[in-house]
Amino acid sequence: MSGELLLTFAVGLLAATLRVATPLLYATIGEVLTERAGILNLGIEGIMFLGAFVGFAAAAQAVEAGLAGHLWVGLAAAVLAGVLMGLLMAFLTVTLGLNQHVSGLGITLLATALSLYGFRLVFGESSVLPSIEPFGQFSVFGDLPVLGPIFRQYGLTYLAFLVLVPLSWWVLYRSTFGLNIRAVGENPEAADAAGVSVFRVRYAAVILGAALMAVGGAFLSLAQLGAFSPGLIAGRGWVCIALVIFARWDPVRAMWGALLFGGVFALQLRLQTLGLELPFEAFLALPYLVTIGVLALAGRQVEYPGAYLKPYRRE
Amino acid sequence: MGIRVERAPAPLWIRPLLPLLAVLLTFVITAGLVMAVGVNPFTAYYYFIVEPLAGRVSAIEVLVKATPLLLTGAAVTFAFVGGYWNIGAEGQLYAGATAATAVGLLMEGVPSWLAIPAVVLAGFVAGVLWALPPALMKVKLAIDEVVTTLLLNSVALFGVSALLNGPWRNPISQWPQSPEIAASAIFPRLIPRTRLHLGFLLAIAIILVLWFVINRTAFGLRMRAVGLGPRAARFAGIRVERTVLTAALVSGGIAGVAGASQLAGIHYSLIEAISPGYGYTGIIVATLGTLNMVGVALAALFIGLIDTGAQTVSRALGVPVYLGDVIQATLLLVTLSVLLFQFYRIRWGRRAG
Amino acid sequence: MDTSRSASVPAVEMRGIVKRFQDVVANDRVDFTLLPGEIHALLGENGAGKTTLMRILYGLYHADQGEIWVRGQPATIRSPKDAIARGIGMVTQHFALVPPLTVAENVILGHTSGIRVDLAEARRRVAAAAQRLRIPVDPGARVRDLSVGERQRVEILKALYRGAQVLILDEPTAVLVPQEVEALFASLRRLRDSGLSVVFISHKLHEVMALCDRVTVLRQGRVVGTVSVAETDRNTLARMMVGRLIQPVSRPAHPAGHRVLLRLDRLSARDDRGLLAVKEVSLAVRAGEILGLAGVSGNGQTELAQVLDGTRPAESGRVLVDGQEVPTGDPVALMAAGIGRIPEDRHESVVAELTVAENMVLEHLDEFVRNGTLDREAIHRHAARLIQQYQIRARPEDPIRTLSGGNMQKVILARVLERAPKVLVVAQPTRGLDVGATEYVRGKLVEQRERGAAILLISEDLDEILELSDRIAVIYEGHIVAILSGEEADPERLGLLMSGAALRAEARPPGGM
Repeated sequence: MSGELLLTFAVGLLAATLRVATPLLYATIGEVLTERAGILNLGIEGIMFLGAFVGFAAAAQAVEAGLAGHLWVGLAAAVLAGVLMGLLMAFLTVTLGLNQHVSGLGITLLATALSLYGFRLVFGESSVLPSIEPFGQFSVFGDLPVLGPIFRQYGLTYLAFLVLVPLSWWVLYRSTFGLNIRAVGENPEAADAAGVSVFRVRYAAVILGAALMAVGGAFLSLAQLGAFSPGLIAGRGWVCIALVIFARWDPVRAMWGALLFGGVFALQLRLQTLGLELPFEAFLALPYLVTIGVLALAGRQVEYPGAYLKPYRRE
Repeated sequence: MGIRVERAPAPLWIRPLLPLLAVLLTFVITAGLVMAVGVNPFTAYYYFIVEPLAGRVSAIEVLVKATPLLLTGAAVTFAFVGGYWNIGAEGQLYAGATAATAVGLLMEGVPSWLAIPAVVLAGFVAGVLWALPPALMKVKLAIDEVVTTLLLNSVALFGVSALLNGPWRNPISQWPQSPEIAASAIFPRLIPRTRLHLGFLLAIAIILVLWFVINRTAFGLRMRAVGLGPRAARFAGIRVERTVLTAALVSGGIAGVAGASQLAGIHYSLIEAISPGYGYTGIIVATLGTLNMVGVALAALFIGLIDTGAQTVSRALGVPVYLGDVIQATLLLVTLSVLLFQFYRIRWGRRAG
Repeated sequence: MDTSRSASVPAVEMRGIVKRFQDVVANDRVDFTLLPGEIHALLGENGAGKTTLMRILYGLYHADQGEIWVRGQPATIRSPKDAIARGIGMVTQHFALVPPLTVAENVILGHTSGIRVDLAEARRRVAAAAQRLRIPVDPGARVRDLSVGERQRVEILKALYRGAQVLILDEPTAVLVPQEVEALFASLRRLRDSGLSVVFISHKLHEVMALCDRVTVLRQGRVVGTVSVAETDRNTLARMMVGRLIQPVSRPAHPAGHRVLLRLDRLSARDDRGLLAVKEVSLAVRAGEILGLAGVSGNGQTELAQVLDGTRPAESGRVLVDGQEVPTGDPVALMAAGIGRIPEDRHESVVAELTVAENMVLEHLDEFVRNGTLDREAIHRHAARLIQQYQIRARPEDPIRTLSGGNMQKVILARVLERAPKVLVVAQPTRGLDVGATEYVRGKLVEQRERGAAILLISEDLDEILELSDRIAVIYEGHIVAILSGEEADPERLGLLMSGAALRAEARPPGGM
């Protein structure tokens, strides 16, 4: 490959990496906030799926109704769906104190089934997949030579990297809410004794987290594809569960993790289109294997949030 | 903050009634979705629960649908009873199906009495091996098994996909589908002109054996003790780590057999869609069955009925087939909540000052 | 001095406080008055109800009856938040700190206003408060890197930073080394002089005498009396704390055998936090003897009992049963050697959801297997026999969690005694039991002594120790500080030894028995 070709390839790869990493970043940060409050939300896979579906369905309905800004309607609907699922998850694990693994998986199964049911309900059984006009890509720097494609991105991608990451870092480490999240996730007894409502903070974290997961899913249907299909999420939620551990529960490290894993995905896609005969599944399995490897190597040193998986009841 | 949960054990006779209560509540909760399609919920539930049992063919189909769920439900239950949260039955099932395919392909010319056990054993061993790393990480390094078993599910799927898009890809159609296993390795049909196969009997037999192990052997009692009270079990001199490891691996093996059974009983060649999530449904079955093998058998049959009924409802009334999945997922969450009544009572209102 | 204080409005007044936990009355019509600018000790044995009373004041528990007045105003305290708002702060035994957070973050937690937390500002203010109150802490340090003493200072600072005028300290010296105790006392005196009221929960007489202005003594949930420290002495307080002299027990003349069945040789063990809790304990228990181990809770008895029941490995030292060394940390080996174990927490020795019959055989399952299956009939017969023999009110198939404490303890007793162990290690055998069950359990222990078993009785109940023991060893901060014969011992003397007050006077070198 000549130098010029290589540069084009690298630029394309980088641009694709940002796109692939975007939904992972939303959902991973959502999960980081949730787990930091002491709740493991395995509903992530289903909530992303539901976000993708509800966002798409609402946008499509808005188009039909002739509403302007159909995509924003879709995004708002996705957020609402995420909030509702978060509310359900919080009710099960915070109020009732049920087993978090089984509750989370239950949410995933429920959200997935509801999406598929709703999809049939709204769009019938037509063999042609419905589609909408998706979010467009733009560059804040105009048309740069050579590097231009890197900055031609979706608004949601800009939002994720330039706003969500620093904002979630700020919230977690510099705001009252974040201080409370870290406290209830580490030592709910101490937080309670200090006058922090463990109940309220955990509810807020789970709901906010679920809303972000839904946005991550909606990015796929509203921006990247402009369509919805049953195989849309395809385990991305589980990648995020892995990413959270990989990022050791930190939003900034979550960004690097999402970029790394996004890069691997983008690379295998590019290599595939180049017609290279590689077991691409090895690339896809990499995030999971790396995370399991990290866990095995770090062993007992992995610092889970202190109250991870533990329901809190006074007395 | 209206709702509080307080410790207050319920009388024992309530326990078997709770899953029934959960089923009822689930039907009430999901009625809205049925009405959204303009269908009377009672009509829909009639087609769900009664209609499939009315005809011989569809009644047998219920047993066919229940077969993999009997196995994954038993697998999940066995692990949960031993205090090991195996969320990885799905991956272990794929590992089992893959190994069963590999062995089944080699069985050309081998008599059935040898080929079939070989396929089943291959499924079991592969399931055990797939369950081994997280189980070891759990007992040796105290690493939470939930995330590790869950992540290995995706890895197993990618592994199968790599095989089907690589060495096992159908050379003619280019479909990601393995060649068919040897005819002698295929499970015989139990009733002609139905899909009911040997796997059903195998599942029932495994459930009986596991019931016996859990309820009638010293190991079973030790395992229950470990699952219910690890500290007291340690106090009694029980080797907790070894017991957890055994529970985890046997669980994996049985999930592997579920894969082998679907492969040699239904599909004959490996495909990516060999499981629509039987491993996860196994968790529903285990929960609804209140972690007891008799309950698991009934729960698997019930979920098999819902799976069949979903198709009946869809055909007869035009309700999307996914209603079955919605009901199952709701049932899981409702059962989980309702089972709280075993140990707790739920109070409304503020705590007394 | 006292008159001038009484003239002012009390900082806190608690009247007729009653608190029940299931069937135990933890506080029985307790009255307590805290004056402004005094250090007031709440003195009592473990389980006397001191902590419960203060947890009620801090809103962690809710009283069943009674009222609380703060600075002359009636107060309803539903949660710590309410208590903090009324100027009450509490430093609990298990610190309520979040280890990964910094000192400043811990101090301002729950006390922030607005969305943003200005960490620099918080650090400055915490540093200023620390300086003003003369409590040396580094606001930027992470709590998990701090020593126990430093963490305690953070807790005190946290309470004062929120404007506490009443500071409750629950056994604050239990976790400190002597130098830290001195520093703590100096700070508390200074704070008192600047007007703070302090409640000092303790069972250590010498500390109460050294630090406090007044003492309220609690026993079995009731107030024994409130006295001024200046007008009392240690012996009086010890008597108030442990109760009147009980009747001397008529012990049947009972010669102990000569054979030492249980010998502990310079045994040491660490607690869950990794601190040395049992320090080179050497003891010998002979056949036909009950050796009582007396001590205030938290002085290493729990850890010692766990080493002997196999759930905690020893750090160093040896355990010998009938002359044979037994490995620690292995319940099976200890049982095989002939140790019968009655653990401190009965809920951790039975599996609540298993049946009575199953719990009775759990330790020796292999004996109940026939042809590879559990011999359920034998298990049932075994349970039925023990239930009858030990007068347990339960059926073999009942889940053991449905049993009362007394019946559960009888199951554990039956399980152990039917094997006629050479050695019995018994920890808090009657804690939480009613009178009938208590009598029954003690009777069984005496029976075992007659049979010739060597019994190590670990108990915080002095009456029990005095009633049953042939000899009494006193444990204080992990050391055996004295071994007395049953005749030499009386509550007053034991009380003093247990509180460490007579340490210098009566201590023997460890292992010097």
